[in-house]
Amino acid sequence: MRGYAGFAIRKVAGAAVTIFAIVCVNFVIFRLVPGDPVRMLFGDPRAGAELIQEMRERFGLTGSLWQQFLAYLNRLFLHGDLGISFVQRKPVMETVVDRLPQTLLLVVTALAIAVVVGTFLGAIAGWRTGTRFDAIIVSISLGIYSIPTFIWGIILLIVFAVALGLFPLGGMATLGAGYSGWAYLRDVAWHLVLPGGAIVMWYMGEYVLLTRSAMQDVVDQDYITAARAKGIKESTVLRRHALRNAILPVVTITGVNLAFAVSGVIEAETVFNWPGIGRLMYDSVMRRDYPVLQGLFLVFAVSVVLANLVVDLIYGYIDPRIKVGGPK
Amino acid sequence: MGAVGVIIFAVFAVLAIFAPYLRTVDPMRPGLAVNRLLPPSSQFWFGTDHLARDIWSQTVYGSKIALLVGFLAAFTTVGVGTFVGLVAGFFGGRLDEVLMRIVDFFMMLPSLPLMIILAAVLGPSIWNVILVVSIIYWPFTARVIRSQVLSLKERAFVEASRSIGAGDRLLIFGEIMPNVVPLMFAQAVLMVTEGIYAEAVLAFLGLGDPATISWGMILHFAFESGALSRNLYWIVPPVVCICLVIIAFTFLGTAVSDILKPGYREARGL
Repeated sequence: MRGYAGFAIRKVAGAAVTIFAIVCVNFVIFRLVPGDPVRMLFGDPRAGAELIQEMRERFGLTGSLWQQFLAYLNRLFLHGDLGISFVQRKPVMETVVDRLPQTLLLVVTALAIAVVVGTFLGAIAGWRTGTRFDAIIVSISLGIYSIPTFIWGIILLIVFAVALGLFPLGGMATLGAGYSGWAYLRDVAWHLVLPGGAIVMWYMGEYVLLTRSAMQDVVDQDYITAARAKGIKESTVLRRHALRNAILPVVTITGVNLAFAVSGVIEAETVFNWPGIGRLMYDSVMRRDYPVLQGLFLVFAVSVVLANLVVDLIYGYIDPRIKVGGPK
Repeated sequence: MGAVGVIIFAVFAVLAIFAPYLRTVDPMRPGLAVNRLLPPSSQFWFGTDHLARDIWSQTVYGSKIALLVGFLAAFTTVGVGTFVGLVAGFFGGRLDEVLMRIVDFFMMLPSLPLMIILAAVLGPSIWNVILVVSIIYWPFTARVIRSQVLSLKERAFVEASRSIGAGDRLLIFGEIMPNVVPLMFAQAVLMVTEGIYAEAVLAFLGLGDPATISWGMILHFAFESGALSRNLYWIVPPVVCICLVIIAFTFLGTAVSDILKPGYREARGL
């Protein structure tokens, strides 16, 4: 099939296959748990056989592996069921849906800030390649970008929360303050600064370096020289002519970045006890709550695939060379 | 930048190798209750933790774990990745297509959640961390090596060797592989960082090896004990060490890949 429809169908089919493969991997990994997860859950070897059998049925651990797999697929695809938490004894989906908005708030805010500031700094650095400003920005970005988010989180926590006391130690709102309306929003924003800041650090380094190298590819193009020759102001050439062309690869990478951004979210939410799905993952690790871990892995992996799909579809729409060129 | 990386690395290598002689005590053995959560002093250079253990000793022994995991993880990751890259690039066709599909699939998986579930399922140990890092990062090396092999296998020296009857195995490991060694080295430097990061973050998230002490575990204990604000000194050493080591290897990696870029030697008159 030709044209955009064909391109889109190929991409969607590819993503569907990937998601199915992720589901399979997810199922297999959690069968590698040594010992009997249900017995481990009780901890007490004397737990009654009937109780254990009942639990097994509830968690979908009866029958042959193949039957378990089919039952897993059936629950997942037909009922959107991610299983039942060992600890909370309620559907994993419910917990995830409860926690998801907080995570989105954190990620979207951090991403927005990082993209704007990172692209701005990277564009200037790339425009002035080889200058001192460029060298400073690049080495700082490289340093910032290579340090893990949880370390950034801890540094921000020590400096701004413990030592200076400017921001709260963690959480999303002051407990028992009973704020509402604007006061509540301000309180949440105040709690958002440090975990958001930790995520911004990583993203920003990434965007600075990316925009810089994209700019370097653009600066010596003929149309830039032409624009300058027309007597257009330097800042306008930078903004309207160079950055506009450089920004496309930067946008594409956002989808790919999400795969890595997920790590930052888990780390930042853990350090600051932010009540999102990242912190949920940490809590589930501590309680060895395997069904929740399994569900979360699926949620993270599928969101990455979908984000990539969306970026591919948009990119293919904007840039005609991609869809005409086909797969290779 | 590369020189800075080498110096920092050398300092930590010395710490790791001479750990028992650097005025350290058993970093895992709890001390007397009166010595809990002490600030730095002449007896406890970096203070003590919630179990009265010496943080200086923990920090010194932590460098051993960090470097051990970093290097072993880099070794296995680059080993597996290179093998797959060589085979896929050399044979091409169906095999290449299948292998690259698998590579793309693995690259799509979010790394930390995968590390977390694998570590949680396999059980906490530094060997599992090394295994997990290899599982997650081999595709990156495989891709890089493959694309190099694709151009190498068309070159005259491979053709010459083939014409005098060299078999596939000799061509791959005798002719092509020596030419990707610099690339393997550059990848290995990057993978050391990933290994150190993986160990630190998993230990911080409570998936560390209970039989050893690492920087990530010091941070984990500091957070879990709830005594963080009482003894700030506690978390400064591991944070500083993790930052220094990671920056060192990032700088080294950048320096190495700059050196490997075509044209670098000519530009420097080498």
